[in-house]
Amino acid sequence: MLSRRTLIGAISAVGLFAASPASHAQEMYIPLISKGFQHQFWQAVKAGADQAAEEFGVKVTFEGPDNETMVDKQIDMLAAALANKPAAIGFAALDSQAAIPLLRQADEAGIPVVAFDSGVDSDIPVTTATTDNVAAAGLAADKMAELIGGSGKVAVVAHDQTSRTGIDRRDGFLNTMKEKHPDVEVVSVQYGDGDHLKSTEVAKAIMTANPDLKGIFGTNEGSAIGVVNAVRETGTEGLVVIGYDSGTAQKEAIKDGTMAGAITQNPVGIGYETVKAAVAATKGEELPKVIDTGFYWYDKTNMDDPKISAVLYD
Amino acid sequence: MTQTMDAAQTGGKKRLIGGGAQQRLLAFASLIVLLIGFSIASPNFMQTSNMIAILQATSVNGVLAVAATLVIITGGIDLSVGTMMTFTAVMTGVVLTYLGMPLPVGVVTAIATGAFCGLCSGTFVAKMKIPPFIATLGMMLILKGLSLVISGTRPIYFNDTPGFDLISRGSLIGEIIPAVPIPNGVLILFIVAIVASYILSNTVLGRYTFALGSNEEAVRLSGVNTDRWKMAVYALAGGIVGIGGLLIASRLNSAQPALGLGYELEAIAAVVIGGTSLSGGRGTILGTLIGALIMAVLTNGLRVLTVAQEWQTVVTGVIIILAVYADMLRRKKV
Repeated sequence: MLSRRTLIGAISAVGLFAASPASHAQEMYIPLISKGFQHQFWQAVKAGADQAAEEFGVKVTFEGPDNETMVDKQIDMLAAALANKPAAIGFAALDSQAAIPLLRQADEAGIPVVAFDSGVDSDIPVTTATTDNVAAAGLAADKMAELIGGSGKVAVVAHDQTSRTGIDRRDGFLNTMKEKHPDVEVVSVQYGDGDHLKSTEVAKAIMTANPDLKGIFGTNEGSAIGVVNAVRETGTEGLVVIGYDSGTAQKEAIKDGTMAGAITQNPVGIGYETVKAAVAATKGEELPKVIDTGFYWYDKTNMDDPKISAVLYD
Repeated sequence: MTQTMDAAQTGGKKRLIGGGAQQRLLAFASLIVLLIGFSIASPNFMQTSNMIAILQATSVNGVLAVAATLVIITGGIDLSVGTMMTFTAVMTGVVLTYLGMPLPVGVVTAIATGAFCGLCSGTFVAKMKIPPFIATLGMMLILKGLSLVISGTRPIYFNDTPGFDLISRGSLIGEIIPAVPIPNGVLILFIVAIVASYILSNTVLGRYTFALGSNEEAVRLSGVNTDRWKMAVYALAGGIVGIGGLLIASRLNSAQPALGLGYELEAIAAVVIGGTSLSGGRGTILGTLIGALIMAVLTNGLRVLTVAQEWQTVVTGVIIILAVYADMLRRKKV
């Protein structure tokens, strides 16, 4: 029986190795370790990375843990990636601190690290490819002012008050309003943790407190959907709702007019720029500290534009 | 049935050791095949640093799997090992970072918290007669929630406790033999495994662990207080999970409160690959250790081969089924 077991093992092992890509030849290898894998957002990042891989003739792999809590799994992925002696590494840290020893190891081995998405809290990465959330939320403020006719009361339903994206989006919106649209008053900023239900309750409370409210900005997908729910449940009409990111519910709301439009990040661009920067780093080129991967305003009129629909996800 | 009765009456020891040795050999052979296969497929696989990465990745899952093995041998199952690990890590964070206690207090807290949680699960199972699947499912959710509540859903960092990260990341062996810097976390896993193995094969608690899984009724009828022994096994398993909590907290230098779900299934997979029967009464710690190593080698090897992540998951599933099927085939012949 020993032989049968060994046989099964051997057969499966051979199967595995046969399935592995044989093109190990001097192709430059750049693994991307992301914060997630199966979400549409991360799949879009992967698509961008693959696109760059083809363009620059490098080999790219894309991995991420099943969810954003699995800090140790992400570190194991980083360790395996380092074993392959990559030319450079793309990394979006779940917890910067936990990854520092391995990042140092990469640094000592002369492997450049390119941070992407939310970046890494350390000076090891040569650059960070990410959305300029402050500017993106500023664009949301401009659109809001335009849609409500340049004056009136608006509010913000934010996803949280501690994370980098939460702070940047809130402040980007508030500062742009203050500087460029002095006649628009932001009466309230409330937090709904990006949770649909909580954000719904928060938005309803704001609407009750301010019957003359003209618009609400939801700072991420969950917040925006919460605002949409609140509008639907209360039957409010004429309120300008602006969202962030995409997803089926948000896209539907824009199509049926409940939501005026939303800001989308460019996940494809994040993946593309990460690989592009990694290739540049291996050649010793100077890189800016932050690479803005871009963002777009989308609404009913341009949703089906190929450039926009490519970065929207369900 | 007669076979299990016999096993229970003779303490089940002879058969267990015989079957166990063969199973270990088989699992070990699979591990070697995997190691050789990956080494041939990629020159980057068989390097000291990568072997250490594999061992490091095994340490936490290995400790959890040892704990799960004890409970599974009694014929139970423990779904709470993942979130219990997180809970003990969070409690360690509270004691060390929030209360500023010295390091040894943190270590004791982790183990004691785990043992207490295990005792609770054991009480639900033994005294309240709740099926282990449900009791530990409840425990899994309770502990997940409590971890989030106590930590305020934010990671607790151990920056103020010098040396805490060395529990897992440091290397005593590396200081003696610099060529093999095996991390302390791995050393701790092996110590835990040796102790657990000793308890299983040389103590009364170990004998009753097997007997409970073989035929609980027979043990009870022979005048043994089965409830108490069962609670002891769950508490022991909980204490071991506490060590797992220390290892992961040390490795991440933080207690990550949202982590933990899914880790129980990986631990159970390692136990099963290692030849421990899910219906209880049969199993070895060494087998579990090899099972955990197989899982880690497989995951790492597929990554080093840069197999697409979707396929890594598929292959891991196939290997689990093959491993258990091969074990079934062997058992039928025996």
